[in-house]
Amino acid sequence: MSEVDGKRKVNKQPNKQPMPSQDPKVRIKNFSEVALGYTEEDAVIEAERCLNCKKAPCRQGCPVEIDIPAFIARIRERDFAGAIAKIKEKNNLPAICGRVCPQESQCEKYCLVGKKNEPVAIGRLERFVADYEMAHGGETVQKPASPTGKKVAIVGSGPAGLTAAADLCMMGHDVTVFEALHTPGGVLVYGIPEFRLPKEIVRREITNIEKMGVKIRTNMVIGKVLTVDELLQSGYHAVFIGTGAGLPYFMNIPGENYNGVYSANEFLTRSNLMKAYRFPEYITPIVVGKRVAVIGAGNVAMDAARTALRLGAEESYIVYRRSEKEMPARKEEIKHAHEEGVKFHLLTSPIEILADEEGKVRGMTCLRYELGEPDESGRRSPIPIEGSEFFMEVDTVVMAIGQGPNPLVPETTPDLEINRRGNIVADPETGKTSKPGVFAGGDIVTGAATVILAMGAGKKAARAINDYLATL
Amino acid sequence: MYKIRSKKVLGPGLKLMVVEAPEIAAKAQPGQFIILRENEYAERIPLTIADFDRQEGTITIIFQEVGRSTRDLGLLEAGDSILDFVGPLGKKSEIEDFGKVICVGGGVGVAPVYPITRALYEAGNHVVSIIGARNRELLILEEEMRKVSHQLVVMTDDGSYGEKGFVTDALRKILSQDTYARVIAIGPLVMMKAVSQVTKEFGVKTIVSLNPIMVDGTGMCGACRVEVGGETRFACVDGPEFDGHQVDWDLAQQRARMFLAQEKIADEARGGGCRCQK
Ligand SMILES: Cc1cc2nc3c(=O)[nH]c(=O)nc-3n(C[C@H](O)[C@H](O)[C@H](O)COP(=O)(O)OP(=O)(O)OC[C@H]3O[C@@H](n4cnc5c(N)ncnc54)[C@H](O)[C@@H]3O)c2cc1C
Ligand SMILES: Cc1cc2nc3c(=O)[nH]c(=O)nc-3n(C[C@H](O)[C@H](O)[C@H](O)COP(=O)(O)OP(=O)(O)OC[C@H]3O[C@@H](n4cnc5c(N)ncnc54)[C@H](O)[C@@H]3O)c2cc1C
Ligand code: SF4
Ligand code: SF4
Ligand code: FES
Repeated sequence: MSEVDGKRKVNKQPNKQPMPSQDPKVRIKNFSEVALGYTEEDAVIEAERCLNCKKAPCRQGCPVEIDIPAFIARIRERDFAGAIAKIKEKNNLPAICGRVCPQESQCEKYCLVGKKNEPVAIGRLERFVADYEMAHGGETVQKPASPTGKKVAIVGSGPAGLTAAADLCMMGHDVTVFEALHTPGGVLVYGIPEFRLPKEIVRREITNIEKMGVKIRTNMVIGKVLTVDELLQSGYHAVFIGTGAGLPYFMNIPGENYNGVYSANEFLTRSNLMKAYRFPEYITPIVVGKRVAVIGAGNVAMDAARTALRLGAEESYIVYRRSEKEMPARKEEIKHAHEEGVKFHLLTSPIEILADEEGKVRGMTCLRYELGEPDESGRRSPIPIEGSEFFMEVDTVVMAIGQGPNPLVPETTPDLEINRRGNIVADPETGKTSKPGVFAGGDIVTGAATVILAMGAGKKAARAINDYLATL
Repeated sequence: MYKIRSKKVLGPGLKLMVVEAPEIAAKAQPGQFIILRENEYAERIPLTIADFDRQEGTITIIFQEVGRSTRDLGLLEAGDSILDFVGPLGKKSEIEDFGKVICVGGGVGVAPVYPITRALYEAGNHVVSIIGARNRELLILEEEMRKVSHQLVVMTDDGSYGEKGFVTDALRKILSQDTYARVIAIGPLVMMKAVSQVTKEFGVKTIVSLNPIMVDGTGMCGACRVEVGGETRFACVDGPEFDGHQVDWDLAQQRARMFLAQEKIADEARGGGCRCQK
């Protein structure tokens, strides 16, 4: 399967080296990570599929422009430490990105090998070297430049805030992150489940950033305990806002406030951040019935549906207005959800939630849909089929139809321009907002997007903040 | 970590703690609350800011031990620390000179009504206060309330102190004697509902402070959903105070029971010795 091409071995296998994974029947009974990660052998074999293209089209798909062929070449040479060093030039959170980036629509989408065969498993390789480094205790804490005497406040500790913090710290600035919750990490800790992204990994990556010198203050709701203006007045020379898209949307259909209806945020926060899956050792409760319907089909919905199974639901449904093709979730998550027995009710959406006398959910009235013409987003829009009402028996409903920007910071920062959807208006290249010294990036600017885009925004803003601080 | 500076037992299962949290104390306003998480294994629970001292940098909380989290919290002593303490959350009370107002506090609800009463008193209102409890032992903050009220009526369900009856009995009497600009009522849901029914008859605007189940307290999860005037609101950011005449009380009561079975399990799991306290 591998042949010598010049002096480089090339693996012509059409498919990615398979990812060792927990058996679906076993894993739906635990919260341990599903994908176990490549072995050294797997990684080298997969690395040999890379053509080391001169132009490296893959790089254009990576929002932080990792030198993909260079790091893969090092894996091929078994220089794993060199590979991770190459990645870390651009990305401080490789163990996270390797796991959760939607590679099929980013780096791997442009991979040349992917034209005919499966693309090179760039994400899995990135994860492999990051894990390798952690396992071998070789994590090098980068050393910041000498102190500039400038202070920067970062609001929110999701990927956008953490990346901006790390980069600014490297540039020699004195950085403090303010986080509303009791644990830093944003969606990485409260949203994405343990079985997809172990919290220990997030914690370790954050510890590395702290070791560099970034200070993190939890339990600080900016807009309440301190405002952005107060931060600026109290000696911070610049502020970066990375507060994410944390406001859950509901459908505004009758019955949505019955007991048994959760927002995905509540459902996942109880399980992940508060560790309700280990109730009553951890005392935050979560109620999961026998039949759970999750409305929506993004990553959030897949996470909720798969969490429900692990919490003991007998049946877990994805209920989605469009068809499989339009589902916004990462391919791998959809595949994993199928393997685990999540049932997909496509072209279906609830119009009312029904409850028993005690106000507990007993089912939903649903409508069936068909697909019409493509809308502005290019996706074919769903059209309800008249008279198609039917009853779906469920006792738990999780709304995973999207999140908006939390208004706490904009509301308390009067001269900060926001758009009609409530997102902060910021220059996509610099993160500059309408308010001098204040920058923003990540989901709070773009609306709910991806980890790596939030990180990219944090990086760009860090550069712009550095330039700005130089003018003071 | 947030240190408990002092602790006082106010009555059976009723405790007061003064907690060091200077940044919150600097910002706290009547009507706002904090969320605390006692330790790594604990829930996040909301408690009203019963008092604050900006100079001392402290926040006072008063709570009733009703389940696992509040009972665990009650075991802490002065000198111990609470792991997480976040606030001030929620919107502050509307404080102006309305003229004549009535402040009603029931049970542990006297604690949150106290700073509001004080602020209304200081703003120049003529304040009539009604406080009540099941019995004498459970009555709190009587002296404090007396100092910031022009008139104070004390009610106990069993007549062991003050007048016998519910706070609504006193309220009805007072409202039929004079006109008032508004009523502020805080206590158990049933009490706030009953108060709202009485004041509706008299057409007096009534503000209540809702206490739904919460998780984050920042508008991120929607656990605290309530319906007010037919609209869904998040009590942690849109409230906790709402117009009592607009609240869907049945729904609020229903939602308070959402985790009843689990709350019992958690409470029973207490003291089982299975929890490692590092
Ligand atoms: C369940 C779920 C699964 C997902 N899966 C994927 C995936 O597989 N791949 C992928 O690429 N993306 C995924 N995403 C999207 C991705 O997580 C987000 O796009 C990304 O986390 C956005 O980063 P951020 O830094 O902008 O904000 P966030 O991660 O949302 O972090 C914002 C932080 O700011 C804090 N904050 C908010 N307001 C305040 C305030 N006033 N004061 C202080 N702190 C505040 C919040 O508590 C939070 O910690 C998923 C999202 C969810 C919810
Ligand atoms: C904004 C706000 C302010 C509050 N201020 C105070 C305060 O100043 N002092 C105080 O003693 N309590 C206050 N509460 C209520 C307090 O948060 C709850 O009593 C506490 O969370 C119960 O936790 P537990 O684990 O001890 O009891 P659980 O085992 O969770 O509950 C035991 C019993 O209490 C009921 N209950 C559960 N949660 C609540 C709740 N949020 N509100 C009312 N009843 C509940 C349950 O239905 C059950 O019957 C406030 C709540 C909110 C939302
Ligand atoms: S960071 Fe994400 S997009 Fe970039 S190479 Fe890694 S997996 Fe691909
Ligand atoms: S495009 Fe694919 S094959 Fe070419 S360098 Fe990138 S990963 Fe390797
Ligand atoms: S408690 Fe989570 S939104 Fe109010």
